Amino acid sequence: MSVFEIIRFAIRGLFTNRLRTALTTLGIMIGVASVIILLAVGNGSSKAIQASLDRLGTNSLQVRSGGGGFGPRARASASSQKPLTILDTVALADKTQAPDIKQVAPIVSTNGTCVVGANTSTPSTFYGTWPAYYEASNTSIQKGSYFTNDDVTNARRVALIGQTTATALFGTSNPIGQTMRCSGIEFTVIGLTSVKGASGFQDGDSLVLIPITTMENTITGNQALSSILVEATKSTTTTAAQSELTTILDARHGITGRKTADFSVFNQASLLTTASTSSQTFTTLLGMVAAISLLVGGIGITNIMLVTVIERTREIGIRKAIGAPKAAILTQFLIEATILSLLGGALGVVAGLIGSHFTIAGTKPVIVPASVFLAFGVSILIGVFFGGYPASRAASLRPIEALRYE
Amino acid sequence: MAQAEAVDSVVDKQPVIEVRDAVKRYGVGDASIFALDGVSLTIEAGEYVAIMGPSGSGKSTLMNILGALDIMTSGKYFLDGIEISSMDENHLSIVRGRKIGFIFQSFNLIPRTTALANVELPMAYQGIKPKERRARAMVALDVVGLGDRINHEPTELSGGQQQRVAVARALATRPALLLADEPTGALDSKSTADLLDLFDQINAAGRTVVVITHEDDVAHRAKRIIRMRDGKIISDKLNEERVA
Repeated sequence: MSVFEIIRFAIRGLFTNRLRTALTTLGIMIGVASVIILLAVGNGSSKAIQASLDRLGTNSLQVRSGGGGFGPRARASASSQKPLTILDTVALADKTQAPDIKQVAPIVSTNGTCVVGANTSTPSTFYGTWPAYYEASNTSIQKGSYFTNDDVTNARRVALIGQTTATALFGTSNPIGQTMRCSGIEFTVIGLTSVKGASGFQDGDSLVLIPITTMENTITGNQALSSILVEATKSTTTTAAQSELTTILDARHGITGRKTADFSVFNQASLLTTASTSSQTFTTLLGMVAAISLLVGGIGITNIMLVTVIERTREIGIRKAIGAPKAAILTQFLIEATILSLLGGALGVVAGLIGSHFTIAGTKPVIVPASVFLAFGVSILIGVFFGGYPASRAASLRPIEALRYE
Repeated sequence: MAQAEAVDSVVDKQPVIEVRDAVKRYGVGDASIFALDGVSLTIEAGEYVAIMGPSGSGKSTLMNILGALDIMTSGKYFLDGIEISSMDENHLSIVRGRKIGFIFQSFNLIPRTTALANVELPMAYQGIKPKERRARAMVALDVVGLGDRINHEPTELSGGQQQRVAVARALATRPALLLADEPTGALDSKSTADLLDLFDQINAAGRTVVVITHEDDVAHRAKRIIRMRDGKIISDKLNEERVA
């Protein structure tokens, strides 16, 4: 008796019980599809967190004036504090002393209100800086153009504004080329930045950026920097970059110990670690839910196979009475289970791939390729294993016992 | 024909069935019941034997053992010269397929499967090539008079027709022994008569036929009648009206 023949018996067996076949296939299909989709949702949300962190600029470090602490100690050291300067910034850009620093941008921050006609807006971020800032802070231009080193050198009165500020000042009209008055100084808007989204409590799009020279000359009037934005070469080198810049600034400011430091460094990599840990937990949780649904699908197969065997005990008895060897019966039932799980698994993969194209709970799912193979493989293993047990029970029946079964 | 019989008698010296001291006991110790209590029986090739007895006489147990569907507690059983009382289940399935053609009271056709496929099935398990087994199945279905219903499923056939499919299935493997367990139990009198005529015809063609029944008119078509009671054979004689 050839295997081909047994496969034909198995297929005929599946076809004579269409409803049962369809329901079992559906069970496995749902299991497999849910594994793929849930893992894709978990993965998608962790990718989304990653992306928003990238947008914040995870490679970046911020150096601010002042020690790490507040209160009496901070005040006591205030007399000996040296402010951050442009020269500090230039020193940090030294590639030989700080190989892990890609670029640095000085920041002079101020508070001011911008006015256009009757519209006013107080940007939460109002910075004077230079072009290195764009990349270090992941700021890009949606419309118009950046201000250039030439604009900085000549202290031109040009500004980039964020979406929130643009809407507040200009409504729906195109802000490029228009003028606004900020802190009493008139600026020409030359660029509109792309949407950054909120970071923490701050609206990243409530933004005005002007050349640092313009800021110093017309608004703040002094040379002290609020902070220096430092971009490391990679997200993995931020720690190295941090120690390099600390060494350089310590030397320049004559700092001997951390307690007397007159600057502090803020690192966004630590934020990334926390966020990715929490998103991994989320993915694991979803994966477990999915695994349970796959297991339930597997129990479904076992159940159906058991029922099938019991329902067909008489048929098995007849087959054995007319000379079917144990192996033929076992193989037939195993092949039936395998075809069921293969079919269900394949349909589940298709459903999973289709389902992952939709946005689920506000998350764009990103398929984890391994999950497809895993779910498909597990569904087949479950089919063969859980289908094999009832099959071997059926095949071991004495024909007389099987025939007496009603 | 006479020549063939002469050859048979020389070559086929051994009987089709030889049972020695068959015992089948259910349960253990004091609570045990002997379904067969030392049955010895020899059936030669070409015989037409009826085994009779009331319910509980052990005739069904004997039939199951003769058909290699069940094993006995002790004793020896040779089928067509092969000792099968010591075989394991795997070898028994081969023996069942090649040596025995079964006919059951409840027909026992595979549901939702055509008459032709049902008749082909035992030959498929024996590994006979599809072309040959199709041809043999068609012939067998023709013999039982169902040549025009080969594509009908069991539910589309009457009881008598289903039983004839079962006979075709049993015959197609060319077994040494045709074993029928209450074959007419579920049939009306017209179908019963047709089936018994078919058995006569099969036996006349030289096939050994053993029928288990409790109906006298079925038994009286056989050439030898064995009566059982309480697990023992109480009489074993030729049926004068048929042999004569």
